[in-house]
Amino acid sequence: MNNRVMSDASIMNTSAWQDLAPLLSVRDVNKYYAPGKGCGPVNFDLYPGEVMGIVGESGSGKSTLLSCLSARQTPDSGQIIYNSEQFGEMDLYAGDESERRVLMRSEWGIVHQHARDGLRMNVSAGANIGERLMAVGQRHYGDIRAKAEEWLEAVEIDANRIDDRPSQFSGGMQQRLQIARNLVTHPRLIFMDEPTGGLDVSVQARLLDLLRNLVSQLGLSVIIVTHDLAVARLLAHRLMVMRRGEVVESGLTDQVLDDPQHPYTQLLVSSILQN
Amino acid sequence: MSTATGYNFAYLDEQSKRMIRRAILKAVAIPGYQVPFGGREMPLPHGWGTGGMQVTASVIGEADRLKVIDQGADDTTNAVSIRRFFATTAGVETTESTAAASLIQTRHRIPETPLQADQILIYQVPIPEPLRFIEPRETETRKMHALSEYGAMQVKLYEDVARFGHIATSYDYPVMVNNRYMMDPSPIPKFDNPKMNRMPALQLFGAGFEKRIYAVPPYTEVKSLDFDDYPFEVQRWDENCAICGSDHSFLDEVIIDDAGSKMFVCSDTDYCRSRQTNATESATATEETLS
Repeated sequence: MNNRVMSDASIMNTSAWQDLAPLLSVRDVNKYYAPGKGCGPVNFDLYPGEVMGIVGESGSGKSTLLSCLSARQTPDSGQIIYNSEQFGEMDLYAGDESERRVLMRSEWGIVHQHARDGLRMNVSAGANIGERLMAVGQRHYGDIRAKAEEWLEAVEIDANRIDDRPSQFSGGMQQRLQIARNLVTHPRLIFMDEPTGGLDVSVQARLLDLLRNLVSQLGLSVIIVTHDLAVARLLAHRLMVMRRGEVVESGLTDQVLDDPQHPYTQLLVSSILQN
Repeated sequence: MSTATGYNFAYLDEQSKRMIRRAILKAVAIPGYQVPFGGREMPLPHGWGTGGMQVTASVIGEADRLKVIDQGADDTTNAVSIRRFFATTAGVETTESTAAASLIQTRHRIPETPLQADQILIYQVPIPEPLRFIEPRETETRKMHALSEYGAMQVKLYEDVARFGHIATSYDYPVMVNNRYMMDPSPIPKFDNPKMNRMPALQLFGAGFEKRIYAVPPYTEVKSLDFDDYPFEVQRWDENCAICGSDHSFLDEVIIDDAGSKMFVCSDTDYCRSRQTNATESATATEETLS
């Protein structure tokens, strides 16, 4: 272990973020299905506007951690404190489930690895985008449709595809539709689980470009889980490397990728094909 | 009145009736909430109105007068069988007249004649969960009801407007009861939805297959879902009823020959018949005064 591992202090010292209150504070979160299967203990702070990458091999607990953070799975122990616009500072799992569910459809967005997990495949693209608006109480069809068109264009899908079903879209378009569906209520925090998984490289590149623009334009905070270090380098400000459920190294993205300290991170970085 | 021997009054045993009555009381106390109950086997298949029959069997008394309708008609197989079933097992009086009935078991319609405070309307319900088409998990739909998360239901209406230019859902049209619970009004045409609002009669819903009972107490607000810019509307017809001339009742389209000729008639047979009788009577009365 080295001095960067698990030390939040050194990260905070390197940035101006320390002046702001963290958006999400994770304290000793543990979730194990069986010994060695799960994740934890995990500690970190996420600040407004920050993109945090979680990398690691399959089965390292990345997705488990993400579902704990995004209120979809109760951790065995530990605290997740979220600074909400509506509810103020709240301990996620100590509070009411109704509050967590309100967060999930207003202040948060969740982009799934497989678009069909995050979309309603049997209703049109417009309805997919409009659903969150209707869930937060909008009841004017014309307004909902106008918003849906606006967001389709924002994610580079032709607005005349609004009445097509997601099943008629290509994989890349489905993924972009999923992003539009999440962003329509102007969330502050987005959770992404392998958003580029299963897409070919040119489509991946366009999606990443789009994501990067949206993140910077909207000032989103993002927690992105990926096994693709190129994606992490492009999007993430900060990286956490996980192995067998534990965080083995964390720090600024460039620092971790260019000067890996932990043997596992070194292995991970050296496994990428160099050109 | 003939009563079948060897059966308890109205077929069900008293313990089962008590259990169902408890479910009904709870349903009335929480308008629109689906109360689970221990559905009993009835001597006909699920989907033929076993839910409605169990509710009827639990609330019926010797002094009641029962009317049963199916698609508005008193003389269709399902209606005739259920009416005869209770005539045999409970020995109660039956009627085809809406005004004369104290209990009305119905499938697919609410009678055209406005119901009164001393009447009970019992619906046969195939699928009690309005959210089922969006959310297949029962645990999840229950949570959605508990937390009033009904935004997703609007998606169905959005799809209608996007595809057809208007809300094309014409039956089973979701309603909000007492501003709290979303309810499936059973497959009645949306034409009948406004009749549910602040109805003086008690409305009970029984789903035999899914073992759920729910209720709308008298004078409860029932609102059909819609959009601000696409308000709720009921069906209209250009024709009047070919038999009684009614211009305000729900009409069935009936094909009358192989050439495709058709006529429109009231779906509520009792209402149509009473309008004809009234018309003949007033015509006779006019003739008598003239002569």
